[in-house]
Amino acid sequence: MNPSVTDADRAAAAATSARRAPPLEIHDMTVAYHRKPVLWDIDLVAPEGQLIGIVGPNGAGKSTLIKAVLGLAPLASGKVGIYGLPYSQQRHLVGYVPQRETVDWDFPVTALDVVMMGTYGRLGWFRRPGAAERRLAEECLEQVGMASYAHRQIQQLSGGQQQRIFLARALAQDAQVYFMDEPFAGVDAATEQAIVVLLQALRNSGKTVFVVHHELQTVRQYFDFVILLNLRLVAAGPTATTFTRANLQQTYGGRLTILDEAVEAVRLGEAPR
Amino acid sequence: MNGLSNTQLVLLGTSLLGGVAGIIGSFAVLRRRALVGDLLAHSALPGLCLAFLLLNSSSTLGRAGGESASATHPWQFTVMLAGAFIAGLIGVVAVTLISRWTRTKEDAAIGVVLGTFFGAGVVLSSWIQNLPSASSKAGLQTYIYGQAAGMTREDVWFITAVSAACLILVTLLYKEFMVFSFDPGFAQAQGWPTLTLDLTMMGALALVTVVGLPTVGVVLMAAMLILPGAAARFWTDRLGRMLVISGLVGAGSGVLGTLISAGAFEETFGFDPFRFGYNTRNLPTGPVIVLCATSLFVLSMLFAPRRGVVAKFARRAAIRRRIQHDHLLRSLYELSEPSLAPGPGNIASMATPAEVTIAQLTEDRAWSAWRAGRLVRWANAHGLAQRTHGGARLTNEGLREARRIVRAHRMWELFLISGADIAPDHVDRDADSIEHFLTPEMIAQLEAELTAQRKLPSAPDDVPHSPHALSSAEQVRADQARADSARADGDGLP
Repeated sequence: MNPSVTDADRAAAAATSARRAPPLEIHDMTVAYHRKPVLWDIDLVAPEGQLIGIVGPNGAGKSTLIKAVLGLAPLASGKVGIYGLPYSQQRHLVGYVPQRETVDWDFPVTALDVVMMGTYGRLGWFRRPGAAERRLAEECLEQVGMASYAHRQIQQLSGGQQQRIFLARALAQDAQVYFMDEPFAGVDAATEQAIVVLLQALRNSGKTVFVVHHELQTVRQYFDFVILLNLRLVAAGPTATTFTRANLQQTYGGRLTILDEAVEAVRLGEAPR
Repeated sequence: MNGLSNTQLVLLGTSLLGGVAGIIGSFAVLRRRALVGDLLAHSALPGLCLAFLLLNSSSTLGRAGGESASATHPWQFTVMLAGAFIAGLIGVVAVTLISRWTRTKEDAAIGVVLGTFFGAGVVLSSWIQNLPSASSKAGLQTYIYGQAAGMTREDVWFITAVSAACLILVTLLYKEFMVFSFDPGFAQAQGWPTLTLDLTMMGALALVTVVGLPTVGVVLMAAMLILPGAAARFWTDRLGRMLVISGLVGAGSGVLGTLISAGAFEETFGFDPFRFGYNTRNLPTGPVIVLCATSLFVLSMLFAPRRGVVAKFARRAAIRRRIQHDHLLRSLYELSEPSLAPGPGNIASMATPAEVTIAQLTEDRAWSAWRAGRLVRWANAHGLAQRTHGGARLTNEGLREARRIVRAHRMWELFLISGADIAPDHVDRDADSIEHFLTPEMIAQLEAELTAQRKLPSAPDDVPHSPHALSSAEQVRADQARADSARADGDGLP
């Protein structure tokens, strides 16, 4: 047996499967904080090259879903695959926009500094960003219409502008799959439109974009595919067939099923006596 | 280092220590972990005591320790510092575990651990002082209250080594520390080992705290970690510059405090500017260094450009002045507006504005006569209005300026009525708070929108009619009464 041939074969097979594997595949995932599950038994396969909305009521675990995929929330069980491989091997393919309130905007950095952070992952240990990274960051700022604010301290930007800086940082990550946690929160209508146009452009260039979204009215207009979430996966599929009254009712209330009650009991830590 | 005099040695030690504490402490300040310095310093105490007991209990160490109070022997010194370092880190780990695994929040956890460790340390240290054998208990005092003057060559070597190590660390990991401090979630998603980075930062903080203990003592070391960074934040909006400034503030405090407490100013200048009638020569160095850092912090807080308190007040006062000037010009314009009425063939800019009396101004604006008079004198001095016997009249230049202001005000009002659906009798005060901040681009945009809606007069640059009755003083009073009664209603609710 010739080991080099096997290696080559394996590499080729991996490459093929990587091309075929979906951008996000979740199998039997449960996420728990302090041993209490906040997401329960999620099974999900998301299609490539679509704008995907993650929709559900407050506390449904929408952000947690993203965080669990990115390794920021502890998995109690289950598996997550990005193009068929664990996230830790696919970081370079993924861009991330956290919620705006998670950082201290008084931090002494400029808009350009923040956007350049998107390139840090590729740079690796110890290497400082150089002219190439700077140019890329400036281009990304340009794309979100913030080029003239490059040297502003980030506190001196409006909420919508801060959101666009975060978006530019994700663009600088130069990824295939993007996860965005409420990019429309606290943003004026004009900025929301600008962001939507940008997301559509990303989608049209073959990227897959996941967006945690609150406004039910705009879901049909914005997204090709929706993931309806309320502690469990309620439904996932093309918006036209999935974003239905019945599914929404199930997501946003209505009668509790036995399973829902069980989940709630575990969440509250109540044991039957 | 062998050629240095004692004062030079102490100066080198305190400045290096202040500098490195400033740089490492900056990250703690930025990460809102300022209390961790406190935690480290306090929880180091039981470690010091245990290390001391360990040294004294072993017979060989007991003999060596009996000879001198301060840690003259490098290995003795190292054992004490290692004890402090380990205890400090245990404290930090305890806080991390408590806040991660229980419902106790981090600040409460810090309070609990800090108190417990320090309490244990105090009990241990008083027990040590009652030991008959411990002739060197002064050594422990040194670590609690600090004694920079007693700094030895070994101490300074140690401080130099730690400073160099921390500087190299921050230089190498600058980008990693930046992204992790700003956005830990993003840093982790990007693949940086955030736990390792966190521990590295904490380790550096603990190391600096521990080497600083003999100089400024347990309690004041925490202040040396926070003050320079907090002071530096006032001077810059860039992380790199902040670290440099923080280092300089820390080093400067070290030098200044050492010189003051060594009485060096009296020796050099023949008098001591810090003496205040007392002999500064016997002041303890550590606390004086901390007070110097405090002074630099207060100076920065007050006088830093842009972020300083004085600059902020000055900026606000300038805005208030400009708003009042705008108000004066608008009142002069509106009160003389009938005399400017553009008839057919009568171009408005050719008409002469009528005189406006002080009484009219006080009525219109609810100003005191004194304030109205002062504003009129300002306008007169700037050629915008001409003072008359009992009032003022806009000059041509003033008219141009007033026209611009009134135009912006009324366009904004029209926009609010049409675009934001606000009732006409409410727009005056809403417009009032915004119009002074409208940029030329925003005015151009307003113009475009209102022109599209055919709400502007056909002649370019002409002033549109006011969309509401021009009796602002009455209206202000009415608005005030309405707001008061609304507030009273609100208070009445259970």
